Amino acid sequence: MSYIAASILFILSLSGLSNQETARRGNYYGMLGMAIAILATIAGGHVTAYAILAGALLIGGSIGAFAAARVEMTQMPELVALMHSLVGMAAVLVGYASFMDHGIVLTGVEETIHELEIYIGIFIGAVTFSGSVIAFGKLCGKITGKPVLLPARHWLNLLLLIATVILGQQFLVSNETGTPIFGNHLFDNSIFNGPVLALLLMTVIALVFGIHMVMAIGGADMPVVVSMLNSYSGWAAAATGFMLSNDLLIVTGALVGSSGAILSYIMCRAMNRHFLSVIAGGFGSVGGGEAAEVEGEVQPIEAEETAQLLRDSKNIVIIPGYGMAVAQAQHTVNEITKLLIGQGKKVRFAIHPVAGRMPGHMNVLLAEAKVPYDIVLEMDEINADFPDVDVSIVIGANDIVNPSALDDPNSPIAGMPVLECWKSGTTIVMKRSMASGYAGVGNPLFVQENTRMLFGDANDRLQALLKALQE
Amino acid sequence: MKIGVPKEIHEGEKRVATTPEAADKIIKLGFEMCIESGAGLSANISDEAYREAGVTILPDAKSVWKEADIIMKVRAPERHPELAIDEVEFMHEGQHLISFIWPAQNENLMRQLAAKNVTVLAMDSVPRMSRAQKMDALSSMANIAGYRAIVEAAQHFGRFFTGQITAAGKVPPAKVLVIGAGVAGLAAIGAAKSMGAIVRAFDTRPEVKEQIESMDAEFLMLDFQEDGSGSGGYAKTMSKEFIEAEMALFARQAMEVDIIITTALIPGKPAPELITAGMVKSMKPGSVIVDLAAEQGGNCALTEKDQIVVKHDVTIIGYTNLPSRLANQSSQLYATNLRHLLTDLCPSRDGVLNVNMEDEVIRGATVIKEGAITWPPPPPKLTGSHKPLTEAPAVEVKTAKPKSLLSQVLPILLAGAAMFGIGAVAPHSFLEHFTVFVLACFIGYQVIWNVSASLHTPLMSVTNAISGIIVIGALLQVSTPDNLVITVLSGVAILIAAINIAGGFLVTRRMLEMFRK
Repeated sequence: MSYIAASILFILSLSGLSNQETARRGNYYGMLGMAIAILATIAGGHVTAYAILAGALLIGGSIGAFAAARVEMTQMPELVALMHSLVGMAAVLVGYASFMDHGIVLTGVEETIHELEIYIGIFIGAVTFSGSVIAFGKLCGKITGKPVLLPARHWLNLLLLIATVILGQQFLVSNETGTPIFGNHLFDNSIFNGPVLALLLMTVIALVFGIHMVMAIGGADMPVVVSMLNSYSGWAAAATGFMLSNDLLIVTGALVGSSGAILSYIMCRAMNRHFLSVIAGGFGSVGGGEAAEVEGEVQPIEAEETAQLLRDSKNIVIIPGYGMAVAQAQHTVNEITKLLIGQGKKVRFAIHPVAGRMPGHMNVLLAEAKVPYDIVLEMDEINADFPDVDVSIVIGANDIVNPSALDDPNSPIAGMPVLECWKSGTTIVMKRSMASGYAGVGNPLFVQENTRMLFGDANDRLQALLKALQE
Repeated sequence: MKIGVPKEIHEGEKRVATTPEAADKIIKLGFEMCIESGAGLSANISDEAYREAGVTILPDAKSVWKEADIIMKVRAPERHPELAIDEVEFMHEGQHLISFIWPAQNENLMRQLAAKNVTVLAMDSVPRMSRAQKMDALSSMANIAGYRAIVEAAQHFGRFFTGQITAAGKVPPAKVLVIGAGVAGLAAIGAAKSMGAIVRAFDTRPEVKEQIESMDAEFLMLDFQEDGSGSGGYAKTMSKEFIEAEMALFARQAMEVDIIITTALIPGKPAPELITAGMVKSMKPGSVIVDLAAEQGGNCALTEKDQIVVKHDVTIIGYTNLPSRLANQSSQLYATNLRHLLTDLCPSRDGVLNVNMEDEVIRGATVIKEGAITWPPPPPKLTGSHKPLTEAPAVEVKTAKPKSLLSQVLPILLAGAAMFGIGAVAPHSFLEHFTVFVLACFIGYQVIWNVSASLHTPLMSVTNAISGIIVIGALLQVSTPDNLVITVLSGVAILIAAINIAGGFLVTRRMLEMFRK
């Protein structure tokens, strides 16, 4: 009964995220659902090792709470990736534990299915784990953002998958008949007998697969990768649910899995790239390369002139990119926004779906800087308004405002929906230098007649702009 | 090298070729600057302002022409009224001159200058390329002329431009027709719109339709298939039939509109006559025509150069010096154009002019090089247009191909077959769980699409938290008796899942707290 209540509460929790008002309540529903589920399980007959579980819950809980309190909003993608890896690992551990548990006796097809569920569960869990660890590394910058493309990488992936399937077959056979896998008697009479060996080998393969898959994906595609791993963590939980015949786990896993899948789809659509092509990897450079080829000259501008432009305008749109987060400039942006709104001007923010390193990242950063959320608009809501806008300010963003995506069919970013800021009166682009963005393409926006470049560190220049506006 | 700026001697010319701001930047290029005393007075710039920028003030024109290596002017050299001598005579061998020259219309002047063995750059011959836009003095001056045309029209017009509903009655808005949507025409459209008038515009080049409509003016369509676009972004002379249709359109419009601004010019030829005397007669009394082509003969038959006349109760303004009427503004822009040209001519920033004939812009602008006439230049490689090719639509809107019935039905058939297959072999318990799984996926799909995009990050953290539900699995395993391995494995799993649960929910809460209106 409590499992039904928990399921309903989880569903309500997710549906509460449809808007900011109900979201907070939704979060509490989620907490309640989790509490009910855990307590019901503990109170149920199966659980007796109270000391261990209390200890584990407390220690784990404190670590989690500590991390939640201390993490910077700019590090959210890293935290999320790390949490995915933990779910993956937990699925693997539960899978092994379930396999070793000879308390459940099944026969025939049921047994086969149970073993398959264990096998698949551990596989997904391991891939999620290693993939998320690599994603974490890439987001931290500890691992290169460039896609690492081994030669014949598609063949390698195929090989790994085939190996997994073969091992799976061996695992099932070995489990049933008690013979060692591949007829190999090396590990007889040890804990590494047939099926366990198969499982271990498969785990290793899955780990390698996860590493390889995410290493091949460029830093620019991180939003898709993080969403994808989110999805996998859900399927891992669902597989665990099948394994343990636990409907709550299945339901929850399905919810999380579909959530991640939908987010991945949204991200891919926003980049106008097919999901499979992103996963197959190879797109995107590490950024900061040599200046890309664009015909024409840029017109630089200073903070004082920018302030003058802003003073004369009525309708302003700010387009933040990841560069703003890196420069930690969101608080200065908020100061400037408040000042301009105080002067009676209309200020809005335009967020592109793939701005930042994770879906919704920019929104969180702006919320942290206390920018009111009703002036933060999605691309679809604001893109048609640009012809009426006087000044657009682009901060640390590049590909998401690149007109080539719309009018150059040969561009690598062709077809990607972008924010059409060039249609506004004047566009101010804030960049550190003329280096290219992640897609490595030149941006004709920079040399348009009505574009001015404000070079320098974003926070630094914005501070100067704020000062100039205050005079 | 030294740059000298004499006072403009053309009658009514109030502009000056440099301003203190531009002079400051030119001096930074390494040049020295000198200016005739009082040169900037008509543009409200005092000698003192120049002195502060580092410009030497010279007492008279002669000393400027004598000392300078480079002379910068607005108007072409002509006969000095006071000194009764042609400015060309002041030039010495090897000197440079940069000003408006109009080589096509001033053959004599060209020959005189060539005879003096000097180098001359004409601001009106700067090629119309994107790179040269900052040096395009024709455009910067035309922009001012277009704006000023509206101001002059408003001055001589007896009514408001904007419509109003007042207690004393309704005031209709003025209707303005702008002929020719080049730089001047567009500026006029902009100025008239901002004053509240209803604006219509006509041009023989179809590509300007978009530009006109972007300024919220009406583009008058001629039902005629002829493209008036010539080379370099200019118009060309049209066929007789086209002109007849054009005139018919103007005749109809003349009866309706209050103000007509005409800007139609063809390079090297006299301006086309578009508004006949008959059309002027048909206009409402009190109407105004501003003829920006007056210097080249005028677009209106009744225009008198440099004058305002009233014919048939219509005021016809034929001023040729509209930019000069906004002398301070025009001087600022012209001075900046010159400064950009100098920057191109002196890339090493050492104050020495390098007339590099390999550079397309400089080659185009140079009309006389060391006594040899180099005008006209070879045709430019690039045209003035800098928009991407418009033949193939850039990204074709993928029209959804009507799906064949088979491709729509096939996936459903396959899924159905798979379901049936599973149902046939799988045990009952599995099917129960599978049912739950499929239903949960559907619910998930419906619920997640409703999540606001701005909350996607909290969505990810909360889904992470609830996937910590895997702790249940571990809890069920941890109490297995007599198996240390399982206990350890599940114990660790509980710990890990607890991290996710606590971390996920708490960080979600923290983020959601931050979202304030």
